[in-house]
Amino acid sequence: MKETKTKKSMLAKIIPGFGSLAKRRGLAGKLVIFGALLTGFIIVMTLLSPWLVPYNPSSINVGKPLTAPNSQFPLGTDLLGRDMLSRVIAGGGVMLQVAIVSVAVCLAIGVPLGLFSSHTGGVVDKFFSLIMDSIYAFPGIILAIAFAIVLGRGVVNMALAIAVVYVPSYFRVIRSQVLSIKELPYVEAANSIGAKRRTILRRYILPNVLPSITVVATVNFADAILTAAGLTFIGLGIPPNLPDWGYDLTKGSQLLPSGNWWVIAFPGLMIILLALGFTLMGEGLSELLNPRLEQGVEK
Amino acid sequence: MIFILLTTVFVVMRVLPGDPVQMHFEKMASPETMLQMRIQLGLDKPIWAQYFDYVVGLFRGDLGKSMQDYSSVGQQIFSAFPATLELAICSMIIAVSVGVFLGVESSKSYNKPKDHVIRVFGIVTYAIPVFFLGMILQMIFGVWLHWLPTGGRIGPGLTPPGLNIPLSASSGFAAYFIAPSLAGLVLASIYLVAAKVKHKKFGRRVLAISLVFFAVGWAFFAGLGLYFMSSNRVHLSTGLFTVDSLLAGNLFSFGVSLKYLLLPSLTLGLVLCGIFIRLTRSNMFETMRLDFVTAAKARGLRDRTVTYRYAFRNAFLPVLTMMGLQFALLLGGAVLTEYTFSWPGLGRYLVDRINFRDYTAIQGAVVVFGLFVSIVSLAVDLLYAYLDPRIRL
Repeated sequence: MKETKTKKSMLAKIIPGFGSLAKRRGLAGKLVIFGALLTGFIIVMTLLSPWLVPYNPSSINVGKPLTAPNSQFPLGTDLLGRDMLSRVIAGGGVMLQVAIVSVAVCLAIGVPLGLFSSHTGGVVDKFFSLIMDSIYAFPGIILAIAFAIVLGRGVVNMALAIAVVYVPSYFRVIRSQVLSIKELPYVEAANSIGAKRRTILRRYILPNVLPSITVVATVNFADAILTAAGLTFIGLGIPPNLPDWGYDLTKGSQLLPSGNWWVIAFPGLMIILLALGFTLMGEGLSELLNPRLEQGVEK
Repeated sequence: MIFILLTTVFVVMRVLPGDPVQMHFEKMASPETMLQMRIQLGLDKPIWAQYFDYVVGLFRGDLGKSMQDYSSVGQQIFSAFPATLELAICSMIIAVSVGVFLGVESSKSYNKPKDHVIRVFGIVTYAIPVFFLGMILQMIFGVWLHWLPTGGRIGPGLTPPGLNIPLSASSGFAAYFIAPSLAGLVLASIYLVAAKVKHKKFGRRVLAISLVFFAVGWAFFAGLGLYFMSSNRVHLSTGLFTVDSLLAGNLFSFGVSLKYLLLPSLTLGLVLCGIFIRLTRSNMFETMRLDFVTAAKARGLRDRTVTYRYAFRNAFLPVLTMMGLQFALLLGGAVLTEYTFSWPGLGRYLVDRINFRDYTAIQGAVVVFGLFVSIVSLAVDLLYAYLDPRIRL
């Protein structure tokens, strides 16, 4: 319960008026909190994994290879006799790192670019919009695959490949908002007293687009995780010296015809839970911030 | 738009490390041989000249030669594309029908338990990696129940369906047949939708055009069939196995190809249906509160009639727009699905080729994907303008 409260107040700091909205909107608020708890749980689990795992997740022949779940190995063992439970507990690290780095890169590129381009307008804006739109319209995973191949393996490279795909969504959201915000009287006022462009963008426009950026970033987290899993599945993952859900899932797919369901089921489930946590947060947040349906609920 | 994308891919592929010539010889060739191959492929020219050559070729409909095995990229893509198209169409149908149905149900019981369950289902589908869902379905229906095959497109020993007509230089001629037929097919389906929403004038025009396309395609087809009657038998078809089987009147083959198609498209369809659920739900909810719906209810019409014939028709437009937007996502998901189910489509081709740094093949695939996306979004825009008179003003 305590954690719930801290989450709420943290979010309330980011988004003004969040607390009151969460109270008013039952389900959406609950979605956000539930999603935050879910992701929080997985992150904590991954961080504490060295102390939580019953066996070393990388040591082979802990049990008989491909043991079905039993009392000794609650989630069974994989082809090399590694304990699945330990691998599931420890396997989130790579994916979380990739997701965090790629969201950070997206924020670092997408936000300034979006603000700058849409505030400048004219040819510059047209140019960037065109590029961003074409990337946006193209199937994302295909682009990510192409970039992942040319960049090579590794956490940062994978994150970069994913970031390329999702920068346009930040850009578009920011642009659509800035275009209307920059016409508002208070921005004009700031302009007329000779405020510097940096100041206007940072102090007057950025705070207004921050809520939407939060939503996009949360959704981006989920997408980045799914894309990372997809890249790993195609064989572009991180070299397999670390336990990783995506890698286990990929390996498990080869064992599928022999009916070893536990090898794929649990890593896959963890990926779903992690992505689900972020998706729920994003869903809840966007509903809280989008007043379109609010009328209907109060009726 | 496609050109920007193409240019980006072109430059990125060439600037970043990785050399197709080295990949071809697996680093075992002498420098002279490699230089020779480089000249052959035109890789010794500066980048801008390579780009120029490629674009000029593109305008002539030439996608270049594969840098891996010298075969024509256009031909390879052409043979892989129908598989992707078939998968895409089927999954879109599944996604939209499941999504719309659940969305309507959800909006009817707004904020009640049923609504919540459906919403959570929608969110969960969004969070499932498409290949994981594919594996689960393979596990259940393929491995445990033995109902459906887990991979491939047509059973072993079965030839791909279609009318086996003799034809020696198949691919070049196939294009003349397939392109008009496909265009006709698309237009015919637009006609069906248009007819459904009673845009008679527009509908008739589209129908006429689609019939012309069909006629052109079939005329070629028939002509070729007569012409090559005596030479070797080469397979020719639309490449959509289900359609081909029906055209050939082979119900058994239709059943088999449907069986192979079912799991992949179900996988992809389910993953995509979440967004349609959400969209239909919110739109239906708003539409159901409008006066004309109340009036229809007051006249004592059946619940289903009111929902689908009155309200849904108004809530459909955003769904249509979303279909266009989702197409890119669908193609992306198709790549992973094709990989999971060993479906011999364009996505699989792309993934295979990327490993070899096969520049021309990758560019070709990107161009075709881009074209596909733009054609779909154009079609949706046109359709939208006809369905919603406000846009035309």
